[in-house]
Amino acid sequence: MLRQIEGSRAVAETVARCRPDVVAAYPISPQTHIVEALSDLVALGRAGSCEFLMVESEFGALSACIGASAAGGRAYTATASQGLLFMAEALPNASGLRLPIVMTVANRALGAPINIWNDHSDAMSQRDAGWIQLFASSNQEAVDLHVQAFAVAEALHVPVMVNMDGFVLTHAMEPIDVPEQDQVDALVPPFRPLHVLDPEHPVTIGAMVGPEAFTEVKYLETRRHLAALDVVRDAAARFEQVVGRRSGGLVSTYRAEDADIVLVGLGSLLGTAADVVDELRDAGLAVGVVGVTCFRPWPFDAVRDALAGKERVVVLNRAVSVGLGSTLGSMVGTDVRLTLGGTPVTVHDVVAGLGGRPVTRDLIRRLFEDAAAGDLSDRELVFADLDEGLAQRELAREEFLS
Amino acid sequence: MTELKLYQIGTFAAGNRLLDPADRTEQSNIGRTNSITSGHRACRGCGEALAARVVLDAAMRASDGRMVTVNATGCLEVFSTPYPESAWRVPWLHSLFGNAAAVASGVAASLRAQGRGDVRVVAQAGDGGTVDIGMGCLSGMFERDDDVFFICYDNQGYMNTGVQRSGATPAAASTATTRPVGSRIGNAFGTGKSLPVIAMAHQIPYVATATVADLHDLERKVTTAMGIHGSRYLHVLVPCPLGWGTDSADTVRVARLATESGFFPVFEARDGEVTGVHRIRRQVPVEDYLRLQTRFAHLFGDPGRPDVVERLQRQADRSIAHFGLLEGGQP
Repeated sequence: MLRQIEGSRAVAETVARCRPDVVAAYPISPQTHIVEALSDLVALGRAGSCEFLMVESEFGALSACIGASAAGGRAYTATASQGLLFMAEALPNASGLRLPIVMTVANRALGAPINIWNDHSDAMSQRDAGWIQLFASSNQEAVDLHVQAFAVAEALHVPVMVNMDGFVLTHAMEPIDVPEQDQVDALVPPFRPLHVLDPEHPVTIGAMVGPEAFTEVKYLETRRHLAALDVVRDAAARFEQVVGRRSGGLVSTYRAEDADIVLVGLGSLLGTAADVVDELRDAGLAVGVVGVTCFRPWPFDAVRDALAGKERVVVLNRAVSVGLGSTLGSMVGTDVRLTLGGTPVTVHDVVAGLGGRPVTRDLIRRLFEDAAAGDLSDRELVFADLDEGLAQRELAREEFLS
Repeated sequence: MTELKLYQIGTFAAGNRLLDPADRTEQSNIGRTNSITSGHRACRGCGEALAARVVLDAAMRASDGRMVTVNATGCLEVFSTPYPESAWRVPWLHSLFGNAAAVASGVAASLRAQGRGDVRVVAQAGDGGTVDIGMGCLSGMFERDDDVFFICYDNQGYMNTGVQRSGATPAAASTATTRPVGSRIGNAFGTGKSLPVIAMAHQIPYVATATVADLHDLERKVTTAMGIHGSRYLHVLVPCPLGWGTDSADTVRVARLATESGFFPVFEARDGEVTGVHRIRRQVPVEDYLRLQTRFAHLFGDPGRPDVVERLQRQADRSIAHFGLLEGGQP
């Protein structure tokens, strides 16, 4: 049933319907509305016997989830930006211990300078932490991905991070359908932990592993992640069966099949890009969009299939890899280049939408048009929405002061 | 504070055979859990291994075996679980260095949510994982009064990483990062960080200190703590032969001198108020305690630092006065 509801509220209600045993969180913008709503739902008894722990830090939040999960419970937390960094030590710990925690990241820039607005630097900074990372393109998809996230995490015993753009999605009110309880129950069966703290069957969890076996642990983790691609795809298919809506999966495409120029991106900018594609198609330009829903594990085959044979690919990043940017491209760009290695596709690496700067239709239209006209560099990183005047003034000032 | 006046039998030793079976320690029970069993890789004379065995076996008795444990990174974790070996015969979870309290809070909440709230949660950490890197999470656990019994095995330094100074290292002690070189006499004289007093300031139901010199007292405090719900904290002084430079046969002796000199006050508190102290029968000079440890050897060379020894003595005297440790004195 569609209701006019805030994205955060919808995610909180969805998480409650996934029957978590423990929610542990620390407030940080723009994640706050999610945990505020969950706190209400737990207090009102609308989340079963769930315990809500308002901990003293994000590090404490993920640590409490680690304990909750190892004790055999379903655990959930949410954070953003600096909060994700503050729990960084616990991220590979949760994945290494194979604890299927689900976490929402309300994507926000990393400081300094401090900035509470949306980009993807937070999630990208934790790219290699061993978590599955899903990116929602809309609030409806954010809701749906949370149901799929619990299913995927517990099928694989791997934690899952669901990324949704801070403010752009978290604080947007729009018609959203929160899956019914019976639908969620059908998709998220009771949690069966891999190993559990149980006095009847004492086990040691978190032993010290030396050079004789550490590589093998990591090798198995890598294999598991690659196998997760099938599980993520299957979870989306199963979701469509039960709820009747296409959501999630590895990649999404919009009019990309016969396109010459394709924009690749993540998150809420995909909707804007689709609108621009419609406009430009009307104007006779063969353009399309490929959205990466599953960023880690990287869906190598799905991306290659979606992009193979294209003339040009414009990778639009809402995060910058400082020190890597110029020739190889930034983070998503690197993955795309690797994926398309050996094919004649031209890849443009573009950074835009940092720290909450809106990714507008005008900007995306210009990128497509410049790419079509051969005016978009494919040799160095493009800062597409840079205020050249502001940057030049600051460069001149620095030169003057030095 | 020990209700049994064991010294009446002429020794500080346990003397179980002279006691009624009901008063004997769990360690004298052939059916004890052996929660941390033999074969682990602790150093000879390790105070922490001794304390952990006594604490966990007593906790297992008190909980009738319905107990799980959480362990911070540190000596105890490293010497007990070199994969594929494990010395633990109790359910045991290790996550990180600084998060044992938060992990334990999560375990307790999870058990409650699953209807397994009868299973008790015990968390263990060294002094680094408690008073330094773990303090944020621990304070949060105290403040929420989460149902966890947290034990700090205090060997007064980062022994696992090679004896560096921690927030629990005593003044003037030599460590790898506070060597008595230049004008330095070892670790700085600061205000000292007393986690038991900080724990009391949270007004949690139970706080106690103990040492490996009085195992009856240690077991009794564990039993008391396990009989209470909410946040409980036990701070156990565990001499470290490696880090303190003591003879491995002197672990218990050194711990006893720490108590009998007043340098380490042994007390317990309920809801933030001290309710009992271990009385010192014959106060010994701090020097007797210090001289057994090479980490204080620079105080006794030639010419030595009698002024520093005197400052340490004054610290002990203040502690004795504050807690009313002398027999016949006010508590």
